Amino acid sequence: MSADELTGIAQEGDRILTICNACRYCEGYCAVFPALQRRLNFAAADLDYLANLCHNCAECYYACQYAPPHEFAVNVPKTLAQIRARSYQHCAWPAPLSTAFRRNGLIASLALVIALPIWIAVTNGSTAVSAQFYQVVSHRAMVAVFVSVSLFILAALILGGLRFWRESGALSNDPANFSGLKQGLIDAIRLTYLHGDGEGCTYPRAHRSLARWWFHHLTFYGFLLCFAATAVAAIYHYGFRWRAPYGYFSLPVVLGTLGGLGLLAGPAGLFWLKQRGDVATRDPKQDGMDLTFIALLFSTSATGLLLLALRYTSAMPLLLAIHLATVLALFVTLPYGKFMHGIYRLAALMRYALERSQVRGRNATGH
Amino acid sequence: MTAELPTFDVLVAGGGNAALCAALSAAEHGARVAVVETAPREFRGGNSRHTRNLRCAHDAPTQFLTDAYPEAEYFNDLLRVTGGETNEELARMTIHESRTCMHWMRGHGARFQPSLSGTLHLGRTNLFFLGGGKALLNSYYDAAERRGIRVIYGAEVTGLKISGSRFERATVLWRGEPVEIRAKAFVAATGGFESNLDWLKEVWGEGAENFLIRGTPYNKGTVLRLLFDDGAEPVGDPKQCHAVAIDARAPKFDGGIVTRLDCIPLGIAVNRQGERFYDEGEDLWPKRYAIWGRLVAQQPGQIAYSIIDSKALGKFMPSVFPAIRADTIGKLASNLGLPADTLASTVDRFNRAIQPGTFDHELLDNCRTCGLAPEKSHWARAIDTPPFLGYPLRPGLTFTYLGVKVNASAQVLMCNGHPASNIFAAGEIMAGNILGKGYLGGLGMLIGTVFGRLAGKEAARFVSG
Repeated sequence: MSADELTGIAQEGDRILTICNACRYCEGYCAVFPALQRRLNFAAADLDYLANLCHNCAECYYACQYAPPHEFAVNVPKTLAQIRARSYQHCAWPAPLSTAFRRNGLIASLALVIALPIWIAVTNGSTAVSAQFYQVVSHRAMVAVFVSVSLFILAALILGGLRFWRESGALSNDPANFSGLKQGLIDAIRLTYLHGDGEGCTYPRAHRSLARWWFHHLTFYGFLLCFAATAVAAIYHYGFRWRAPYGYFSLPVVLGTLGGLGLLAGPAGLFWLKQRGDVATRDPKQDGMDLTFIALLFSTSATGLLLLALRYTSAMPLLLAIHLATVLALFVTLPYGKFMHGIYRLAALMRYALERSQVRGRNATGH
Repeated sequence: MTAELPTFDVLVAGGGNAALCAALSAAEHGARVAVVETAPREFRGGNSRHTRNLRCAHDAPTQFLTDAYPEAEYFNDLLRVTGGETNEELARMTIHESRTCMHWMRGHGARFQPSLSGTLHLGRTNLFFLGGGKALLNSYYDAAERRGIRVIYGAEVTGLKISGSRFERATVLWRGEPVEIRAKAFVAATGGFESNLDWLKEVWGEGAENFLIRGTPYNKGTVLRLLFDDGAEPVGDPKQCHAVAIDARAPKFDGGIVTRLDCIPLGIAVNRQGERFYDEGEDLWPKRYAIWGRLVAQQPGQIAYSIIDSKALGKFMPSVFPAIRADTIGKLASNLGLPADTLASTVDRFNRAIQPGTFDHELLDNCRTCGLAPEKSHWARAIDTPPFLGYPLRPGLTFTYLGVKVNASAQVLMCNGHPASNIFAAGEIMAGNILGKGYLGGLGMLIGTVFGRLAGKEAARFVSG
């Protein structure tokens, strides 16, 4: 984004939220509106915070008496989506890699293109079958690659998240207010603000539906299960010296299979919803980033499940190479792609819960 | 050439709350229904787009309403604001029916919320729609679609064929062509005439040119006038309208809620000569804001200015337009285009007339002036702390009172005293039967809902009977 574009987006955010603040009809929908009503004007840090509170459900767009073609042209979900994109880039670590947000598809493809031949070269000539993965790629090589990539990613996630937290404003509240932090976490893992008290929200179109809530849950918990499968496998490997392959009913395989199925159904559903979605309520410039993440999640799961199914055949070495390359592509794009929305959303929800408990505390003491 | 649509059982003219309630109710009572809405789809919903609650009687706290609001208290509130200009039979029936509204609305997709910031004083009496009136109307339009109701947007009724007191067909201007629509019964739910500038000028003179219309530009009163032409009996004062003082920078139409200004009681209001003209602190603002439209309309050029100082900041709901600021009263006057000497002397006289007191903007405090004409009875604090802020004010019309007289079956009464057998009315077009003058928040939506449902049901009954 150019500097002019950035200023333009910030000005538009300030303009629109000033209208929202004078109207307040949407205050019952989600956290964004009560949060903005505590502010009189909207500096860049406020905008980043509010934008990351927004789940882009579009209820407020369809309910808005000032939505286009009204001359006030209020489009909260689209404007906040643009501000979110800006905040992702702004908070990225290391800063020079922030441009990666705009080239997600390219970077993922490059990672694949580079990683795949290397993995194939490594696996080439291997005649190992019967799921002897470490005959194909040594366990040490696999771990070396993924641990170093993971450490870098972890640093990027943490530093990005901290920067967002720091810059989205000071809290006079005790940061060690655990009930507030807990509430934010609960709102994130339950997707409270996509749930609409059981009626869902207006996505992909003006009719309310829980579809997105379900598909996002499948994706998120599928991802967590796959992560858990890897963690359990690591414990097996190092703690008990039990080596892969694990049986179909072993814990890592069951967790991985369930997670993998969630990671097929969830991203597929989110993709389907996105195709049917109302372009008016989102920032089409981010479609590439969103779709790259969806595609990588889906193919990570698909290649993993395929590998599981065919691990006793001669296709195994090639499938292993493809799977590892896909996972690597997913990993390197994590801190510079759609995945980051989870980190910033969680931070924003926690900040919101803290702010709210602060207001409650003030009211309780009568100030 | 005049095109024709198939014959419907019930034709509903209008596209706001009353129209949709009538259409849904008629369809549920077995009628084949068409709705003709003048606005295009994006601006459908009339003034209901800008509403956000419905005043509701109840005996005990509910999920969304606190305490109790008995029917008797409700009726007394109505008597108080109308000064008795209400049809008691219709008013009591409407208030009684308010108890059933929430359940019915929910059945058609409506969702509610407790009253939150800035509207807490209505938490006992008014049921708030989640997301406001446009969200409510979206739910109703969805329900209408599911019911197979034919909604025609961008279709303005331009003629009614009424024989005796019996509706036969309507002429509708649709896609630039006149279209005839026949129906066995007709529901008029087309609102008032507040967006018809020519009609406004007939009533209020050329000054009406300077009025701003807070709601839809489509309430031109066409059907209202057609009904009068065919002998419907009028009700409500043709010279009254509900008008509040809004920011003069608001758009001509459809500015809605965000153009309101709540800072008048926190400072002084002056006309374009820089002189005060009314007691800004007469009573609590929720009880007084509705007279300020008329007060501003009576000033030269139909404009006034609210002047406050920085002490007032944060004590009123933020407006969508920034205040015009200056560090001295003289500069503020020139920024607002007011005579600097007069404004300075107005402020000076005001400041010197202030009596000692303890300021509290949330109750009738004892900060008042002594020796001014007019006095300021409450919240009088010196305007002395820069920056000084000013907001230009114009009359913002919300609705008009003139309508057609109806009976307890929502049938339109003709001047001969008889009801028209198959012509019904609901919403603002007949609200004057109950709200002859004054204003009670959330009553318009109640009248629209109760009479909409009633008109739809009675129209369907007429068709099937």
